[in-house]
Amino acid sequence: MLEVNGLAVAYGAIEAVKEVSFTVAEGQIVCLIGANGAGKSTTLKTVSGLLRPRRGEILLWGRPIHRLPAHAVLAAGIAHCPEGRRLFTDMSVEENLLLGAHLRKDRDIAADMARVYELFPVLGQRRTQRAGLFSGGEQQMLAIGRAMMARPKLIMFDEPTMGLSPIMIQQIMQTIAVLRSQGATVLMVEQNALAALTLADQGYVIDLGRTTLSGPGDQLLADPRVHEAYLG
Amino acid sequence: MAVLAQQIVNGLVLGALIGLIALGYTMVYGIIQLINFAHGEVFMVGAFGAHFLARYVLPEDVRWYVALPAMCLAAVAVSIGVAVAMERLAYRPLIGAHRLAPLITALGVSILLQEVVRVFYPGATAPLAFPRMFVEGHLAIGPVTILWTGVLALAVAPLLAAALHIYVERSRLGRAMRATAQDPDTARLMGISPNRVTLATFVIGAGLAGVGAVLYGIHYTQIDTAIGFQNGIFAFTAAVLGGIGSIRGAMLGAFCIGLVKSLAGQYVWGGVQYDYVWVFVLLILVLMFRPQGFLGRPEGMRA
Repeated sequence: MLEVNGLAVAYGAIEAVKEVSFTVAEGQIVCLIGANGAGKSTTLKTVSGLLRPRRGEILLWGRPIHRLPAHAVLAAGIAHCPEGRRLFTDMSVEENLLLGAHLRKDRDIAADMARVYELFPVLGQRRTQRAGLFSGGEQQMLAIGRAMMARPKLIMFDEPTMGLSPIMIQQIMQTIAVLRSQGATVLMVEQNALAALTLADQGYVIDLGRTTLSGPGDQLLADPRVHEAYLG
Repeated sequence: MAVLAQQIVNGLVLGALIGLIALGYTMVYGIIQLINFAHGEVFMVGAFGAHFLARYVLPEDVRWYVALPAMCLAAVAVSIGVAVAMERLAYRPLIGAHRLAPLITALGVSILLQEVVRVFYPGATAPLAFPRMFVEGHLAIGPVTILWTGVLALAVAPLLAAALHIYVERSRLGRAMRATAQDPDTARLMGISPNRVTLATFVIGAGLAGVGAVLYGIHYTQIDTAIGFQNGIFAFTAAVLGGIGSIRGAMLGAFCIGLVKSLAGQYVWGGVQYDYVWVFVLLILVLMFRPQGFLGRPEGMRA
């Protein structure tokens, strides 16, 4: 479904991503793991069109998307749930969800919003409150719900468990599994390699801007090199 | 007392007119952090557009209820046309440039527009008489008199500001504007095109300036190529005073400025020759104690 080949991305003179390649098959959960500053978030931002690659290509169903503006990438079916949640904190839960559905013109928006409230009842109970008033975990739920509202084919999560309690981490990971079971394809970046690889069908290790290792999640979990670097 | 009341009314009318320009400053700044110093010129060209229609197109015996809407349409069309061209040709190529670049560009666009109108518009090297409307009679409340044009300005400006406020709070485009103002990158991830939001913001600001230009013209019955610069400075000051980015703040700031200018012209040493000085004294005093303006948020509070 998604194919990233030889991606390089630079901020000015600094090349944060040097040679990243991976594929995401439909219905899978694919996880990119790696240390801080390895280039994981930069990779996601480039897929979603916020950044432009210096080299390499990004194909969605064989069609190049790395020259498209961000709004066109979303229209093509890729939603990005960014690092640090990035909610519109001055706006209500409802408005945040409506922004997630910004490109949609169909009549099912209200039904999808009800689905988000069903998945995260706390959001439904406080739908008119400002997003900034919610706890970190609740904000992450809202960020996930907001990304779902676009009805994406592929949904990308950047550090969805960052700063959350263990119980909350478990809940977020469960939600991601539920999304997959409902037909979504997931590309995830995580520092919490254990939680992520447990869930992932396929994992890639990114080190200093390069994909160095790949394999099924459980296989990577068992790999001594992964163990030493990210799970030790 | 009568003089005081009269000056308050005059100040409020001026404030209403300045407010319509200030909304454009505050909207554009709120969304792309650009101080569009050429926005006063958008107002000015609108006034000339309306003048052109009235002077060269409409028949002389045209009724006011035909002339006024027609002039408003002409002014709005010219203002929007110029604002869109300005955004496309002058500002959009500078996206990502150092933030001084668009500011200097704005000053250049401002001078360019003033000179183009002065050189090419027939008779614009001197002040031009604006069509006179509703000149017979006025509204009298006790000793205070208000021209009907002033009543119109006092009615229309707050109404348009309120409509804009509701639009920004309730509509899909308004939501996209607020999202872009809070966090442009995340707004892009929601599928919002920053170019489209920016263009829409320029269009809305220009439309309000165009309406303001006609109201200004029929009230003061005279226009020249400098009205954009003069009133633009006051409008920008109003937007800063009220808290730039805030719609209600822009109107509040504009009314304050109108009042200060009008009252200082009457009561303070120097009279009307120096009335504008007190406007900027007020600005300095307010910013000393409340740098974010009346209704603005402190820097760094933004999302």
